[in-house]
Amino acid sequence: MTEESLVWEVFIQSKNGLAHKHVGNLHATDKEMALQNARDLYTRRNEGSCIWVVKSKDIVSSESEDVEAFFDPSNDKMYRHPTFYKMPDGAKHI
Amino acid sequence: MNETKFQLKIDEEKKIEPKDWMPDAYRKHLIRQISQHAHSEIIGMQPEGNWISRAPSLRAKMILLAKVQDEAGHGLYLYSACETLGVSRQELIQQLHEGKAKYSSIFNYPTLSWADMGAIGWLVDGAAIVNQVSLQRTSYGPYSRGMIKICKEESFHQRQGYEIMAELAKGTPEQKEMAQDALNRFWWPSIMMFGPNDGDSPRSGNAMKWKIKRQTNDELRQNFIDKTVQQAEVIGLTIPDPDLKWNEERGHYDFGEMNWDEFWSVVNGNGPCNKQRLDHHIKAHKDGKWVRDAAKAYSEKHLN
Repeated sequence: MTEESLVWEVFIQSKNGLAHKHVGNLHATDKEMALQNARDLYTRRNEGSCIWVVKSKDIVSSESEDVEAFFDPSNDKMYRHPTFYKMPDGAKHI
Repeated sequence: MNETKFQLKIDEEKKIEPKDWMPDAYRKHLIRQISQHAHSEIIGMQPEGNWISRAPSLRAKMILLAKVQDEAGHGLYLYSACETLGVSRQELIQQLHEGKAKYSSIFNYPTLSWADMGAIGWLVDGAAIVNQVSLQRTSYGPYSRGMIKICKEESFHQRQGYEIMAELAKGTPEQKEMAQDALNRFWWPSIMMFGPNDGDSPRSGNAMKWKIKRQTNDELRQNFIDKTVQQAEVIGLTIPDPDLKWNEERGHYDFGEMNWDEFWSVVNGNGPCNKQRLDHHIKAHKDGKWVRDAAKAYSEKHLN
């Protein structure tokens, strides 16, 4: 018999207008409990204005051993960065 | 091959993450250390919880409640970090209950007076902070992130303890004596929190090589003593060590020999409160079973 409850990942928006950021995880048996536990565990000092909780098992992650192959396509495209371009001397606001 | 690559990563100050390859002994060492750390936070709620109902003012009571709640939070951060290594929360609790996992021996000492709340915050949390600041740079990512979060919250704990000691020390002669008595009882157990001397610490070698630990027990202990002596002087209390004196040449305080017989006796279960602390945890866990069962039944019914 297992007593173990689900693990949920917690994301907090620290201020209205900012993105939610991952802060950690917790155990809960349902979504309401997950939200309340997240409030008690991760916002004891006004850390947030909004909380998301997501079941850990629903998160899909890339694999760290694939990191080179997976991210390779973006490595050789330096022209995607503004510093790639030569600007004529004296041009302003660009 | 794997092991060489792993060590290279460690040497480059890269963090190890849960899905990365790691030697079994590294994983085992981390599970032991992080779970011991988590259990310490949770068991550490008991000696302080003992004084919540008897706090001398509403202010003191609210602060103590917040502090004990923080300890619960810190325990949960650490259990989470430990679970990323493939061990379940249930297994960790079971290891604690069966005496297979330890917690910090400091919590096996009783809290006899209100001044003990001061001594615990100032010395026990102070010692813990020295250790945890160092562990922010530990090589295992989830442990490091947990330590960073905990350190941010922990400094209020030490300050509230020191404030209690300072208030008592400038109070009536009886109050000052109470503060001195708490310091006398908690000083040696606090500096023993850093563990055995480096020469007698069998697991240190690998822990340093793998950068799980960043400083040795003796380095951390010296750091704590150097900081604390001046704080005791400021509030007019005396550290109960006749051998304590500044060593100009070393640039550190010299201090007396710790009573290692007592240390090992408490580690091995014979401290004043070992049985009480564990029994209380087991009882609370058993008493809470119906709540866990009910929550589970509810979630199955609603299939959220």
